[in-house]
Amino acid sequence: MDSLLLLIPVSLFLGFLGLVGFLWALRSRQYEDLDGAASRILFDDKPRKETPQ
Amino acid sequence: MSLIGRVRPVATAAVSAGACAHCGARLAPGQDRFCCAGCEGAHALVTGLGLASFYARQITEAGTLRPEGVAADLDLATFAEPLPDGTHRLDLVVSGLTCGACVWLVEQALAAEPDVLSARASLSARRLTVTWRGEAARATELGTRLARLGFRVAPWSPACLRATEDAEGRELVRALGIAAFGSMNVMLVSVAVWVGTDMGEATRHGLHWLAALIGMPVVLIAGMPFYRSAWSAIRAGRPSMDLAVSLGVLATALMSLSETVFNGPYTYFDGATALLALLLAGRVLDRAARRRARQSVAELLALQEGLVARLLPDGRTETVPVERIAAGERLLVAAGERLRLDGVAETQTLLDAAATTGESLPRTFPPGAALPAGAVNMGAPFVLSVTAAARDGSLAAMARLLERAEQAKGRFVAIADRASRWYVPVAHAVAAGTFVLWWGVLGSAWQVALVNAVCVLLITCPCALALAVPAVQVVAVGALFRRGVLVTSATALERLASADHAVLDKTGTLTEGRPVLIPDAQAEPVLRRAASLARASRHPLAQALLRACPDAPLAENVREVPGQGLESGTARLGSPAFCGLPPSADGMTLAFRDGAAPPVVFRFADRLREDAPGAVQGLKELGLGVELLSGDGEGAVAAVAWQAGVPEWRSGAGPAAKAERIAALRAAGRRPLMVGDGINDAAALAAAHVSASPAGATDLAQTASDLVLQREGLGSLPAAIRIARRAQAIARQNIGFSLVYNVLAVPMAVAGLVTPLIAAVVMASSSLVVVLNALRAGKE
Repeated sequence: MDSLLLLIPVSLFLGFLGLVGFLWALRSRQYEDLDGAASRILFDDKPRKETPQ
Repeated sequence: MSLIGRVRPVATAAVSAGACAHCGARLAPGQDRFCCAGCEGAHALVTGLGLASFYARQITEAGTLRPEGVAADLDLATFAEPLPDGTHRLDLVVSGLTCGACVWLVEQALAAEPDVLSARASLSARRLTVTWRGEAARATELGTRLARLGFRVAPWSPACLRATEDAEGRELVRALGIAAFGSMNVMLVSVAVWVGTDMGEATRHGLHWLAALIGMPVVLIAGMPFYRSAWSAIRAGRPSMDLAVSLGVLATALMSLSETVFNGPYTYFDGATALLALLLAGRVLDRAARRRARQSVAELLALQEGLVARLLPDGRTETVPVERIAAGERLLVAAGERLRLDGVAETQTLLDAAATTGESLPRTFPPGAALPAGAVNMGAPFVLSVTAAARDGSLAAMARLLERAEQAKGRFVAIADRASRWYVPVAHAVAAGTFVLWWGVLGSAWQVALVNAVCVLLITCPCALALAVPAVQVVAVGALFRRGVLVTSATALERLASADHAVLDKTGTLTEGRPVLIPDAQAEPVLRRAASLARASRHPLAQALLRACPDAPLAENVREVPGQGLESGTARLGSPAFCGLPPSADGMTLAFRDGAAPPVVFRFADRLREDAPGAVQGLKELGLGVELLSGDGEGAVAAVAWQAGVPEWRSGAGPAAKAERIAALRAAGRRPLMVGDGINDAAALAAAHVSASPAGATDLAQTASDLVLQREGLGSLPAAIRIARRAQAIARQNIGFSLVYNVLAVPMAVAGLVTPLIAAVVMASSSLVVVLNALRAGKE
């Protein structure tokens, strides 16, 4: 049972990291243009210019 | 499901034998690589910029990217927004932006300009943001470059912004993420409790505390969208699904908390959080589908957003949005332009008032006559003195009429709401009965009675019921979207499924609403020569002539004679009088004369859409009565009705008469489907049980409609009705199924037999069955 004391906090921490990652992605508007992001990744030519949001 | 971004080529636009190398349209015999001069120019532009790899990746529908024959000069300089560091920014809505390759092409084509700092296009919102160093006037050149590539651009309007700005949607996604995180981690603890039958009591107590620690904040935060909606339902005094959800979730969470504190055998945090996650998933899907439909409509509207040419005192013009024009100002109305404001002209004008009155033939208005907004200038350019600003004009009055009609329609209650009206009170009564049974009749402790009562609430929590309708809606709306039908209202599908009578408008709905050349005995070279002159003009008849011979090159040295026609050397194209013939009665005639040769006459008419008879037949087969309702004269209406196979017709109906006819039908107990495109149809569209407008309808008609048919023609209408009826049948099945599930599970809950494991299994399996059943709705 002692292993629980270690494993549960570890698993919760990892899950929490995932949640924070999700919230960060949502905040930085990465869910705004899902269709565009899906196809943009397929173009491997180097962009001529930085195209920031 | 359509929302899961499945890449599927709509039509192969790759360069193959017989397809245009730029837009992919089928080539006519005799054409080599390109279908028109515009495409050839666009292809040269793309390859010249070193972006030819676009063609290997493009997955757009054939013909989408064909540049318009006569590029309309859109003055965008007034829309460029100066930034503090001396650069300018411009937001555009770009039509034709349908694949990743298009996004890439647009961004790279603009970034190739040395002064452009950044260009970023959003595929879902069709929005392009470009910034550049330099002056505002560059905006027009950048817009023209996109137009030459075949994309139609318009300034990003407030309507587009409203459609995309989706703070509520973002909150739902966030709540879903939190609920999903919470339910999975609570499940981690719960599964241990379920299977750990040899677990010590202290360990179980500890695990319950852990579940509470995760579960309580998740229930409080992720449930907020439901609690808020439930609170407004309470204040309105009307039970809603959200109220049942909120009560169920909160009661379960509180009961589980007290069980945790007093070390009871079971807690139900997993059930409460999983329930929230499932419900939120349904809601996010529902919203995403509707948002896409709203956006497409906003895009259509932006493309015909009112831009007018204001005449400055020094004789120059500037392009401004129509809202900035006040009464008394003077505008220049170009040939073929739609009037955006009411006004009077100092000269005689020839206007096509089909959109406002339904007449199919243009009419001559004497100087000083009141000209209705919405009419199209068929004659020479003229100066319009505005008599009313946009918000006081006849279009605004019509919009107010629409709003009133819409409010009347707001009384329609969706099937899910009808179900919840009696479902929620019954569920709560059963829960209360359970408590009374255990506490009062069987004499157990009140804690036990309460646990059982809350279990009833949890089991009856309309998880499957709440998913039953949205899941079907998402699938059906997605299927319609792929067929080119936009659904703009939440209850449109339900109303469409129950429509039993179709009322069709004539001009622009059954007919194409634009002049088409009537084939006559003209020789091919003459037609070609005349069309090459016509290429220089935006006049509707000239454009129609060009459509009959689209590959005619632009004639040299074309000079426009205002109000009369075009001249190039010895050749003349224009009104019959311009070529020495008696004037035509209806203004739907062009004459062409080359030197001393006898003049040739081209006649035009508004033609029946090719698929109109088929669509009417399809509607009849679906059991709908069909009638034609038009503002045009008797002869024209009767002819079209006969051609299209419509048995019943009415002519000479003005906007008010149309709305009255719809009201009469409704009073007689019919549920009319109104299809129309004009400003004169808008009130009838809004008053009808359900309404649709074809592609190219006026903006007022499109906002008044529940459905917008994006492709040319009415062919998709019967298919849309079939899909709506099927979706309705499946939604009813789903509701029935989730009710049966409850009938079986509730007695177990009343008897106190429901453990958290059983609750989880019941909830997940019923939701899965409902969602899987909903997936069938996409088939026709």
